[in-house]
Amino acid sequence: MDTLTRRRFLIASGVAGGAALAAGASAVTWEQLHKQAAVAPLPSDSRILVVVTLYGGNDGLNTVIPYADPAYHSARPELAYSESDVLRLDSALGLNPAMTGLAKLWTSKQLAIVRGVGYPNPDHSHFRSMDIWQTASPAEPLNTGWIGRWLDATGDDPIRAVDVGSTLPPLVVGARCTAASLDVGKQSPLPASSAAAFTALAATSSGDTAPQRQVRESYAAERKVAATFDPVLDPSAPTSADEAPAASSAGGQNNLKGQLDLVGRCVKAGVPTRVYSVSLGGFDTHADEKSSQQAQLGSFDTAVSGFLTDMAADPRGRNVVLLAYTEFGRRVAANASQGTDHGTAGPVFVAGARVKGGFYGDQPSLTDLNAGDLKVTTDFRAIYAELAESVLGIDPGRVISGAPKPLGLLT
Amino acid sequence: MGSSWAAMSRLLRRSGFGTTGAAVDTAMGAGPQAYVSTMLAADPNQDPGALATPVPTFTAIARPGKDATKDERQQVNQQYAAQAATLAQWWIRRMIAVDQPFGEKLTFAWHNHFATSFSKVRGAQLMAKQNATLRALGRGDFHTLALAMLTDAAMLRWLDGEQNTAGAANENLSREFMELFTLGHPTSSGGYTETDVREGARALTGWRIRDDGATYLNPRLHDSGSKTVLGVTGNLDQTGFCSAVLAAAWGPRYLATRWWGQLASDAAPASGVVDALTHAYGPQRSLTALFTALFTAPEFDQGAMVVNPVEWAIGAARALKVPATDKSVKQLAGVLRALGQLPFSPPNVSGWPSAQAWLSTASADLRLRAAAAIVNSGDVSAVTSASASSRLDVTAHLLGIATWSSSSAAALKPSIGTPAELVTLALNTPEYLTN
Repeated sequence: MDTLTRRRFLIASGVAGGAALAAGASAVTWEQLHKQAAVAPLPSDSRILVVVTLYGGNDGLNTVIPYADPAYHSARPELAYSESDVLRLDSALGLNPAMTGLAKLWTSKQLAIVRGVGYPNPDHSHFRSMDIWQTASPAEPLNTGWIGRWLDATGDDPIRAVDVGSTLPPLVVGARCTAASLDVGKQSPLPASSAAAFTALAATSSGDTAPQRQVRESYAAERKVAATFDPVLDPSAPTSADEAPAASSAGGQNNLKGQLDLVGRCVKAGVPTRVYSVSLGGFDTHADEKSSQQAQLGSFDTAVSGFLTDMAADPRGRNVVLLAYTEFGRRVAANASQGTDHGTAGPVFVAGARVKGGFYGDQPSLTDLNAGDLKVTTDFRAIYAELAESVLGIDPGRVISGAPKPLGLLT
Repeated sequence: MGSSWAAMSRLLRRSGFGTTGAAVDTAMGAGPQAYVSTMLAADPNQDPGALATPVPTFTAIARPGKDATKDERQQVNQQYAAQAATLAQWWIRRMIAVDQPFGEKLTFAWHNHFATSFSKVRGAQLMAKQNATLRALGRGDFHTLALAMLTDAAMLRWLDGEQNTAGAANENLSREFMELFTLGHPTSSGGYTETDVREGARALTGWRIRDDGATYLNPRLHDSGSKTVLGVTGNLDQTGFCSAVLAAAWGPRYLATRWWGQLASDAAPASGVVDALTHAYGPQRSLTALFTALFTAPEFDQGAMVVNPVEWAIGAARALKVPATDKSVKQLAGVLRALGQLPFSPPNVSGWPSAQAWLSTASADLRLRAAAAIVNSGDVSAVTSASASSRLDVTAHLLGIATWSSSSAAALKPSIGTPAELVTLALNTPEYLTN
């Protein structure tokens, strides 16, 4: 079924009309549409990856806290949390007090915490280090992200991966394909005449420059995305024009909860998307860290634990695996501004009903440091390779090179 | 650069915010060389549109004390938000009002280069002052501009410079100054080291911001010991640090490459282009010479780039003579926020994304809706009064487009009977979205 025909179908079925949407978009699932539309929904046993990027370099030592180590307290006396503050995980480590939801997931064995994660020769630049995490290439700059390479390797349809936001991160850009993007504030479909114009503008012309071809490709992709996702629009979503910019010099968005709500609606509707990318900024805590980091971790915790609870009750949602990472941890010692400067290794979270909860990787020493920084104990590519294989079902060598052996994070 | 109408349109669009056929016709009389030298010589503060849109004055907002109630904190946040909205709307108004758009385009590009955001700086007084500095120094010598940024109040707050103290240096400003503002990220072939970052941070210790927004060096908080930055050793302060960094041989090439990306092409410049721009910049570090070389380079015409949301929306508002009412200016600010490029709110210190990043499927929808709103408050009478058979050409001339591709012409034709819809779609053609 071509996109134009599908568009007509949506209009004919009344789904694209404002009245039907106002009545509750979630009342009509993509799967129900599919019965008449002959486009396959996601098989109910497909695993789904949700990638949460925390921008700014989250302070891992005040997230998964080595509360029992005297070196932790002496390195950052004003920033440290005491044993009575933390949400205890074992006799050495505890979660930040803001992370009550993740503490529950830990108890129910649905949270894996990988400790000391990083890559060889850590880079202290936000942008270079985030590029390294998103491209999975520590040694040399690459212009494709690891999800982008998965897209390149597995077909043409842009909706296999979806980024929530209006600009695309390198993570989801491949050499041949890029992910679709969804605006968290989109409330209603485009009018039919505009939709037809996009279809016409998507046709190439002989004199097109490279950027002009990119515009045309974006219109072709937009038509596919609209056909798939318009049925799950939320007419009451706050529009992106209302959203305040993130409070950070290192990027990322606000409103992680709104982004994950959208992802949840898509998953439950059976949209044929295998990877979702969302983000939260505000972790670049050079100064007055304790309260600002705790607030950001609280937003993260509420959004992620609410989302996973919602997913656990849905047959497709039970197959969601959530990965949360940041570009680096921070220096062990506090600076003079009650904050911390850019560091190296940090914890990575992998969570969901299919995850084997517990600790993975060794906790870095707080005294055996490299120029004031933690030594990496676990290569991040081990996590990616396992997710590529077990969640996305691809030979990991096709998207991740140089990965060590898997950690066994999934059931 | 070429001398055709299409080449002139390209020059006007890249040096401004969109253009119109009428503006291109006028510039054709002078020729491209004269146009470039006139635009670089014009004082942006003396433009009639600038004189008609003076910067609002802001008073400092008292920070809530440690014991402030939730209500008191909220009230302060609202005051900050109101100031931020006022300043962003002022700049949008200014960008629309000026006769010669290059001054504001260049200031916006410098804002992207030294990207600083309200999200952390908060006070509009500080952001407005940085904006005035970028406008005043953006075409002089780069050393003066870079040094001004090192002691700029908004920058010190944004990159934690005011927390940087002898004995416990904060590295944020030192690192980003080298990585993003002057030298580029170190590569295997060379660059600064982590030691340079840490030593540089020491040189920048002790700068503080007064309540009135002025900055000063507190000698008691400054590290006056010996430091070594990029091979230069001594009791370096901000001036010594700036000189040591700008003396690095690869800095001018980074600067030339970054500006080529901002004003000429999404594709990286050939090494010969970088040579020519670096040569023009020279030991004087002349920004006017750099920009002249850039706009007049033979390769300028071969470049192609996706226009960013500010160029797109302001360009549309200028071409369609959208009156700068409070309502339409607020609407434009909303459009720019939704598309991800609200002035004074870059996503991070490396500035806004570029090229294909603006072409997500989500932005396609947002842009189409925004175009309809801009057209609705703009003037499309030139199209309405034209005969049906000439409306495609009249629309192209209205927006300064040399010619429509066959694909775009086919997409526009069904809307010939509805001028507002025709112009809305024209603003979303690959021709208008790239340059």
